[in-house]
Amino acid sequence: MHDYDVFTVGSKAEVLEKSRQFWNPGKTDFWAESGVDLVIDRRESYFIWDMSGIRLIDVHLNGGTYNLGHRNPELVEAITTGMRSFDIGNHHFPSSARAALAQALISSAPANLTKVVYGSGGGEAIDIGLKTARHTTQRRKIVSIVRAYHGHTGLAVAAGDDRFSTLFLADRPEEFVHVPFNDLPAMQAALAGSDVAAVIMETIPATYGFPLPGPGYLEAVKAECERRGSLYIADEVQTGLMRTGEMWAITKHGIEPDILVTGKGLSGGMYPIAAVLVSEKCAEWLTEDGFAHMSSFGGAELGCVAALKTLEICSRPETRSMVHYISDRIGRGLRAIQSRYPDWFTGIRQNGVVMGLEFDHPEGAKYVMRHLYRNGVWAIFSTLDPRVLQYKPGLLMTPELCEELLDRTEAGIAEASAQARRGPAGSRR
Amino acid sequence: MSAVSSGVPGAKPGQGGHAAGEGGHAAGHGAGHGTASGNAVAATYRARQMLARAHWAAGAFATYDRASVLRIAHAAATTAHAQARRYAEWAVKETGFGVAEHKVIKNEACSLGIFERYAGEDYVSPRLDTAGKIVSLPRPAGVVLALTPSTNPVCSVFFKIIIALLTRNAIVVSPHPMAKDCCTDAVRLLASAAVDAGAPDGTIQVVSDPTVPLIEALMADPVTDVIVATGGTAVVAAAHRSGNPALGVGPGNVPVLVDATADLAAAARRIVDSKAFDNSVLCTNESVLVVQDSVADQLLREMQRQHAAVLDLPATGKLRAYLFPDGRLNGEAIGKDAAWIAERAGVRVPPRTRVLVAPFGLVVPEEPLAREKLSPVLGLVRAQTAERGIEAARAVVRLGGPGHSAAIHSREPRTIMRFGVRVPVLRVAVNVGNSTGSSGLETNLAPSMTLGTGFAGGSSIGENLEPRHLVNWARVAYNCDASVPFDDFTGIAATEQPDGPVPGYPSASNLPGAPALRPPSAAAGSPAGAGQPAGASASAGASASAGASASAGAVASPDWAGAAGPHGSTAVSDGVREQLRALIIEELQQLVRG
Repeated sequence: MHDYDVFTVGSKAEVLEKSRQFWNPGKTDFWAESGVDLVIDRRESYFIWDMSGIRLIDVHLNGGTYNLGHRNPELVEAITTGMRSFDIGNHHFPSSARAALAQALISSAPANLTKVVYGSGGGEAIDIGLKTARHTTQRRKIVSIVRAYHGHTGLAVAAGDDRFSTLFLADRPEEFVHVPFNDLPAMQAALAGSDVAAVIMETIPATYGFPLPGPGYLEAVKAECERRGSLYIADEVQTGLMRTGEMWAITKHGIEPDILVTGKGLSGGMYPIAAVLVSEKCAEWLTEDGFAHMSSFGGAELGCVAALKTLEICSRPETRSMVHYISDRIGRGLRAIQSRYPDWFTGIRQNGVVMGLEFDHPEGAKYVMRHLYRNGVWAIFSTLDPRVLQYKPGLLMTPELCEELLDRTEAGIAEASAQARRGPAGSRR
Repeated sequence: MSAVSSGVPGAKPGQGGHAAGEGGHAAGHGAGHGTASGNAVAATYRARQMLARAHWAAGAFATYDRASVLRIAHAAATTAHAQARRYAEWAVKETGFGVAEHKVIKNEACSLGIFERYAGEDYVSPRLDTAGKIVSLPRPAGVVLALTPSTNPVCSVFFKIIIALLTRNAIVVSPHPMAKDCCTDAVRLLASAAVDAGAPDGTIQVVSDPTVPLIEALMADPVTDVIVATGGTAVVAAAHRSGNPALGVGPGNVPVLVDATADLAAAARRIVDSKAFDNSVLCTNESVLVVQDSVADQLLREMQRQHAAVLDLPATGKLRAYLFPDGRLNGEAIGKDAAWIAERAGVRVPPRTRVLVAPFGLVVPEEPLAREKLSPVLGLVRAQTAERGIEAARAVVRLGGPGHSAAIHSREPRTIMRFGVRVPVLRVAVNVGNSTGSSGLETNLAPSMTLGTGFAGGSSIGENLEPRHLVNWARVAYNCDASVPFDDFTGIAATEQPDGPVPGYPSASNLPGAPALRPPSAAAGSPAGAGQPAGASASAGASASAGASASAGAVASPDWAGAAGPHGSTAVSDGVREQLRALIIEELQQLVRG
């Protein structure tokens, strides 16, 4: 019996059964078939425990949502204290928490960004960014990359890969143009008509398996935007908040985006919140019609408390230093593993603790995911490129945990290699 | 040496003068930081994260080769030495304790002085005992949590940082709150000098706003490997209670005996110099002078010549009333000079007076002048015989707590031996001032700012703290049976030379020069190189002895490392370095062949 106070659960099997019945049969079955029969029970630091009691090191972190670990005690304390004063708040009015967070975000970001618009999650924030770009430029077209992923709300899902939009008849090819990643001529062609409101780009496209922008690519895209009067929207939902060893990955390219979107990790994994940082030019609508975008939960004050503490932790020199150590340690460890399985483990895409591991099989990452799971590590394959495993260590890991992670990772990769070499396994989906 | 009290009037001396010192660490922490509890909690989390960062740094530092370690420690020492005067003046201004000129001496001794004293020792390379068939491998402690006092503020910071660097430890310094500004500045300066010289990022950090709960949390944190606590009794006791290994230093109350055989002129000069040193805020400054009756008047005349003022009984009464108004040490007198104290006490003394000598009859608990006074006030008792004098010295230590130090001026070895046997301290300074004698500046004891008070004094060490106390040695021991051979470790690397900033900047892996898979050929010729991450094979080669390690390092990694410098070479990518290294190794091999 698992007693969670407001409800109790008899067994894991019962959870799975009810999930099929009342929640999401597709997802429930998918994981069962994938060999990842996970129902998360306890969670703490960089560990999650399945209801069966098995402990896993979390290097999925839901795209950086758990950058600071699960239920980070500093965040728990900040939010618990915050609950003495705050609830979600009334989104119509100015609020001390929203003003404080906005100021903190602006001081963390490239100098040209001056105002903050809040959302309740990344998708909404992307929609706000795209709406802002359209208003500012009075243009309608949005350019994103092939296999992009920006969320599932109306405009965000249209900007992303068809995988998630056509099902809901939400694709709008006439307004949302997709160009191949790292293909500058294609981008230049898409912008040539000077009719594009904005290019939206994850600084490293996560769901596509973290392919790295080629040297100078993003810089050239930004320059082309400026030439054609289009705005540049940096989707930093997964790459922001120190994951690349800098607060915002886009600054490693020396780019001042017109709009920067953050979410996921900003919540500390504790209370949902997302934010859009905009330049003075893009902020114009906030003066013209401050009620133009409304969101009951956008900028919820408890979320602001979580985000302020998250931002403060991420901005510490200690955090920056640790991320650099972790990036270095894990990078070296992975290269050492790769040298032992060079034909199977074919590539490492790394920028800080943003990592994509490439395997020599069209669905290699699914094999590896399954075998890592059996070896006590939870990492997820890239939905839009299943050769590549998303491997996202936390910002505050200890050297000991990094070593344990690498030991388990090598074991999982070795087992996956052996299985994949035996030919296409029955478990392939 | 010990911390001194808060300087808060009415700080309680307790059994020994240094109980007041603890009050200082505690009360001082609280005072002036009326932070809300929420902020205090946040500060504690932050400080714990400093330990976590230090843990990473320590792991990296523990792999460094000796040449790199010496370069880093030397950089920190010279940086500290160059600022000795500035910090001496700052410390006096901030704490109100001591004499800037004297603090200059200590700051210099604890920077380059300490470095030079220990630079010849090797705490880095493996040691081979061929006959015993044992290889000894140094294991640094890891994360050193250093508590530094208000009385010896910056010199203690220098001292602990340099011995930590020499032994490849990371260090987090928590200064006494009364001296936090000068100490924080000093730690940051040395941290940046060390990193510029190639130390891992985060090797040296400082708790800039210490509070009692914060320090207690750090002392108990599992990431702390060893606490080096210099302070009053309570701070040291807290360190020992924390559950982490602690090298704590307890209080002292120093007796000095002058017997009838002593060179009285020399003894007088040494005692007055030592007592006046830094206005007597050290735990090594003499507290009570015990003199054999037959030479007492002559000694006192000699001391007057050295500008000691010997008070009469009424003046002593006034001084006692001022220094211990309600039986507790008056905080405002701590570390002040003799003339200032005399004036406050309403006692007339000649100009240029350096020490006030206050006679009393018997060393007993109810006589406050027998306790530590943390000011240039020297208690004086007369003893009929040397043997009685030794018993009086025992009584002085009984009041202050055992294990610290004592001094004797004598030319009679029987008396000196008897003094050593009977007085329960762990260092006896003979014919030398105790403040520079027991701290090893004018004796051949290890020069130190931290004097272990041993078992009796509740400390893990009974010696003067020195670098070797921060290293364990792993013993790789072979079967002693003659049929099992010992191995030749020549040319087998145990350390690495860092090949750039540590950790490297996290550049994207597809940028030119980003770390890549090592081509198999690049590792050739390096026994330890195969399969190791980039940089490992550049390590010092043979480390069988100090000399071997240094020279092997020079062979395996030619001057490019020194020329480019581990810092400021970020533009040179790892890949380029790899290529350069391969080229140079190839060239060297051809030279050797040719």
